[in-house]
Amino acid sequence: MNKSVEIGHHTSQQYNHELEDVRNLLLQMGGLVESQLAKALKALLEHDSELGEEVAFSDYKVNQLEVEIDEQCARIIARRQPAASDLRLLLSIIKSITDLERIGDEAEKIARHAIRTNDLNSGKLNASLRHLGDHVREILRESLDAMARMDSPQALRVARSDSQIDQEFDLLSRQLLTHMMEDPRTIQDSLNVTWCARSLERIGDHCKNICEYVIYFVEGKDIRHINLSRQAGKEIAASQTAPETVPQRLPAGLDPDPDSIQS
Amino acid sequence: MSFATTSLDTGMTKQPHSSTETAPGNMRRATTAPLDIETVVEELKELPQPVGMPLLDDPKYHTRDVSVFYNETKQAIFNVDLDIGRNEVIAMIGPSGCGKSTYLRCLNRMNDTISGCRVTGELLLDGEDVYARSQDPVLLRARVGMVFQKPNPFPKSIYDNVAYGPRLHGLANNRAELDEIVEDSLTKAGLFKEVKDRLNLPGTGLSGGQQQRLCIARAIAVSPEVILMDEPTSALDPIATGIIEELIDTLRQSFTICIVTHSMQQAARISQRTAYFHMGYLVEVNDTNTVFTNPEHLLTENYITGRFG
Repeated sequence: MNKSVEIGHHTSQQYNHELEDVRNLLLQMGGLVESQLAKALKALLEHDSELGEEVAFSDYKVNQLEVEIDEQCARIIARRQPAASDLRLLLSIIKSITDLERIGDEAEKIARHAIRTNDLNSGKLNASLRHLGDHVREILRESLDAMARMDSPQALRVARSDSQIDQEFDLLSRQLLTHMMEDPRTIQDSLNVTWCARSLERIGDHCKNICEYVIYFVEGKDIRHINLSRQAGKEIAASQTAPETVPQRLPAGLDPDPDSIQS
Repeated sequence: MSFATTSLDTGMTKQPHSSTETAPGNMRRATTAPLDIETVVEELKELPQPVGMPLLDDPKYHTRDVSVFYNETKQAIFNVDLDIGRNEVIAMIGPSGCGKSTYLRCLNRMNDTISGCRVTGELLLDGEDVYARSQDPVLLRARVGMVFQKPNPFPKSIYDNVAYGPRLHGLANNRAELDEIVEDSLTKAGLFKEVKDRLNLPGTGLSGGQQQRLCIARAIAVSPEVILMDEPTSALDPIATGIIEELIDTLRQSFTICIVTHSMQQAARISQRTAYFHMGYLVEVNDTNTVFTNPEHLLTENYITGRFG
């Protein structure tokens, strides 16, 4: 089931290399952000302030990559005037790195909480946060995967599963509220947990954006601000049962539809 | 590579093709990646109609099933279906030898002058058969002007270059009217200011860009309805090119313009619709924004991204 859009095969080998290079940088940045998040969560949950320091310090590497990739994209646009899929590739890279950089920032925030907080008192809160963290890491990994393989069905799946993170976050928020009402002494800790959960929830949103850029690149369709859930069932079914010879497309129903636009 | 003449079903069964109906096998999505180009090219023969939006309501030109043969042995273009809209700039792009110039030259019967060239199919200009026996090619070419790659002013004065057509067709009753046509045409072509003091000097003494604008002035002096341009700026520097591109956009108000260009960026800059030809087949016609951001056909994608020569 080969959905990947070819990057190579330009008459100009140099152009192939340039696109390949910038894409590799993007993947490198994705990998870096992923490890930043993993370390930040580890630092938070295992009260490892040293690791937290490391993460907070390393954020500059993410920022550097963002600048470098932006520069390369600008150079390619200026010199090659990319069109069609090449243009969509560069646009989605430029947009993806903004989200990746913000994920890096959120990881840094979590890491700073890890430095400040010596102990999360409640084991229960800790478990909820760990669960949310694992889920978000999973989503990030899958988004980066979809990006690396230019896999639009997976990107769509991941983009849709972001709502689960939102639900989980709401649940955790309610849990924290109960805690704070029951015992005001936990307010400080609970607030810390809230901030971290909030960061994780934001990371989920950024992952969703990245998936949308993958779909834009592969399919040429802009699915931002469209209610994805309505299409959910038949969509996945269609993409899983489609015979391999038929070019896989997003169904026409995913075209922007005024009725389904979320406010 | 040789093509057998394809016998496409060109009768009543032809259905307008819309981009939403996906027919696997005869329409290659740009984003699928088979990259066996020869197979894709083979499939062109089965393509019932160009992908995208080749047909329009109330077009200026209505062309169906147009094929051109040179000396009966070589078929240059195959069953082209295309509508050209009023007051639009349509750009024809494609690799050398793809048939885009040949098609363009059918539109005002310039192919008549090539011996052994035979055109079949239906070409209607405002519903009128371009190839009808009763059609006078000279009058047709007054309605459908042409500008060529190399500026080719007559070896006459600037004034006479522009006045030639109106004189031939008797468009002016007296010298004053003729003066007005000449000034008006030169102004529309953006040349009048530069040459108003030397209208009696030879046109061949102008710079390349000026000569090309003189040729455009000559073409519009007879008030045509359509202007065909065959790579009008490929011999010009970027500044002269820019001036002519700006001019094309202004002329669109009054004329329909078909332009063949090797510069994809030029097609992207100036046209509203773009037609992509490949080895004699019209592959895709779409609005220019679509062609340059999300073309439907793999061959279009490959060409405009520079994936083959």
